[in-house]
Amino acid sequence: MKMKMINRMAALGLGAISFISAQATAQLRVVATTPDLASVAREIGGDKVNVVALAKPTEDPHFVDAKPSFIVTLNRADALIEGGAELELGWLPPLLENSRNSKIAAGAPGRVVSSEGIRLLEVPTSFDRSKGDIHSLGNPHYMIDPAAAKVVARNIATHFSALDPRNAASYNANLARFNSRIDTRLADWEKQLAPYRGAKIVTYHRDFIYFAQRFGLSIVDELEPKPGISPSPAHLAQVIGEMKRNNVKVILVQPFQNRKTAETVARQTGATVIDAPQQPGAARNTSSYFDNMDNLVRSIAGAFGGAK
Amino acid sequence: MYIKQTFSALALLVCSAMPALSGAQVPVPKSKQDSIARADSIARADSIALVKQLEKELGAQNADTSAAVAPAPGPVATGSYMNIGFVALTDAGWSTSRDIGKIERGDHDPKVNGFTIPNAEISLDGNVDPYFKGFSNIVLKIDSAGDSGIELEEAYGLTTSLPWNLQLKFGQFFAEFGRQNPQHPHSWAFIDAPLVLTRMFGPDGLRSQGVRLSWLLPTPFYTEALVAVMNATGGTASSFRSPESSEIHGGVLDDRPVSNGFSDLLVVPRINTSFDLTETQTVVLGVSGAFGPNNSGPSAKTQIYGADLYWKWKAATAQAGFPFLSLQTEAMWRNYDAAQRLEQDELLVTLPSEVLKDRGAYAQVLWGIKPRIVAGLRGEFEHGDPGAFATDLRGHQTRWSPNLTWYPTEFSRIGVQYNYDNRRAIGTDHSLWVQLQFLIGAHAAHKF
Repeated sequence: MKMKMINRMAALGLGAISFISAQATAQLRVVATTPDLASVAREIGGDKVNVVALAKPTEDPHFVDAKPSFIVTLNRADALIEGGAELELGWLPPLLENSRNSKIAAGAPGRVVSSEGIRLLEVPTSFDRSKGDIHSLGNPHYMIDPAAAKVVARNIATHFSALDPRNAASYNANLARFNSRIDTRLADWEKQLAPYRGAKIVTYHRDFIYFAQRFGLSIVDELEPKPGISPSPAHLAQVIGEMKRNNVKVILVQPFQNRKTAETVARQTGATVIDAPQQPGAARNTSSYFDNMDNLVRSIAGAFGGAK
Repeated sequence: MYIKQTFSALALLVCSAMPALSGAQVPVPKSKQDSIARADSIARADSIALVKQLEKELGAQNADTSAAVAPAPGPVATGSYMNIGFVALTDAGWSTSRDIGKIERGDHDPKVNGFTIPNAEISLDGNVDPYFKGFSNIVLKIDSAGDSGIELEEAYGLTTSLPWNLQLKFGQFFAEFGRQNPQHPHSWAFIDAPLVLTRMFGPDGLRSQGVRLSWLLPTPFYTEALVAVMNATGGTASSFRSPESSEIHGGVLDDRPVSNGFSDLLVVPRINTSFDLTETQTVVLGVSGAFGPNNSGPSAKTQIYGADLYWKWKAATAQAGFPFLSLQTEAMWRNYDAAQRLEQDELLVTLPSEVLKDRGAYAQVLWGIKPRIVAGLRGEFEHGDPGAFATDLRGHQTRWSPNLTWYPTEFSRIGVQYNYDNRRAIGTDHSLWVQLQFLIGAHAAHKF
């Protein structure tokens, strides 16, 4: 009887210890809306976090289905990292409404709005949908500017440190490592694209403006007549004319954009259509932010190199 | 069901909405305007100077920080405390039916040959405070006689921070029975409501005043259990104590006050679960019930049961959500315990106590062929076992509806739909409807 009692107490004690140690090693459960943000979160969190992305790498981040499984993922999250600037406006609000998780409510330490501190381009001076689907806070496709990724990394590190102060030193060390890696890689990316400074490109959507500004490329036009508006034959004819006049030889498309339309324009202008996915994981062997940027820079530089 | 109003009510509503729409412009005296403008310009100049200074300092620290990522000036609040949206459905078309209202029974369905606006909806929502969100839908519509009507379709609060994964809704709202009942007409895939929904829930769907508690279960996959307790009285509680119920049971209404406590209320339980079958396929399954008193007699009850399924495939490289393929189907059964009652039109005739049994189902397939083009096909039937009172409303009917919808953007939609209706003992009808929809203001995000 006594023995049983001791056994039981020992079991309880062991249970308590294993519970405490599980707490101590428990990773932060982090949900990122898109794979690029998830990748940066992994760089900053290291083994202290478990990160999942909601949107698929090949998916248009404006049009993600608000699947019920996401409600469960968000319900159990310690942190949510969103792109902000209304990127996820079409699908995130109903998920959050049903997730019932105050840890990731607006303003909570577990809610990271990545765009905070980034000066967004193309902030509209008036709201008018006849100009297309314009985001009222500015263009949200900033992640392919490595300097913007540094701001995002800092935001993430700040929030991770607030949520998990015991590992703050680790997050800060990872941030410093991330920043220095960005600096090194950025120098290399700039070097690869330096010969093509001022080179002209056409994109499908207005989603390369931060990249163009960073690397000195000139975007002549988009295949979409206005943001979010499907290309019309009249507009494409105009783009073809512009491309011919300006000798534009490169069209950038993402995996979810209509490559056929781009190819039609390319045939008329002798241009090349380049797959330029912005999300890690969309192209082969690009599981991280760095891999994807490597791939993006290499593809674009390669296209100019070939077009010369 | 809804109060017919004249244009003065419309004008009142529009006027009251105006300040909110224009960003709450309250007239400010001229002198005050001047001082506000002055203070504003000083503040702006100060903040510009501050930002410039900050940029300079940071620029020295970190040479690669370009304009694109320079520290943004402090966050600037945009928008207002409330999202305001307005959606209008404008329908046109023609039907061979001489009694269109009998085949297009929904209040937001096209009911006349020619033109109609069956639904123009003002939606308001926002965070109330850290604990509640508030929603409201005010619907204006033009009925088959050309008169404008107004109804408070929904007005409810929703908790945001209850413990144990609970959530409470309170106010006037659509009962979460099945998939389509809680949806607003602008998010329906077809121009009209499925037959079985109008048979079970009447022209306006099942909605009432009450509370709803929901629990997100701690299962590895999504499972939500909900139960609503609502008033069973009124035109939007059609199978229960509705003033139009004699169309179902034929008897004089037992028009007593609510007195039996809980058993006089309507209870709507539902359980809803979902799985991702693959990376690109998701299924949602639900079962629902609605239990409450009806007005054929003092203790008569109605039970409605429903099962629903939604499956969707969306390509991994979908552009603007296309291509996709989806299947939505709902089946419902109703047991209407009609008490022994005097026939309404022939007061000397007594109708026997009986259980009026009805059932129906629909299935609709949508194919998002290419960006912004959706082709759909809906097949449906409804059936009522014969009762002592014969009514068209409980007859046997089938319908086939192919449709094609073009979404120029997420804010506009143009659809065309053909209906082939077959009513047993009445005959077949052909209808062709066209619908143009537009949305201005805030666009509510899409639920799955």
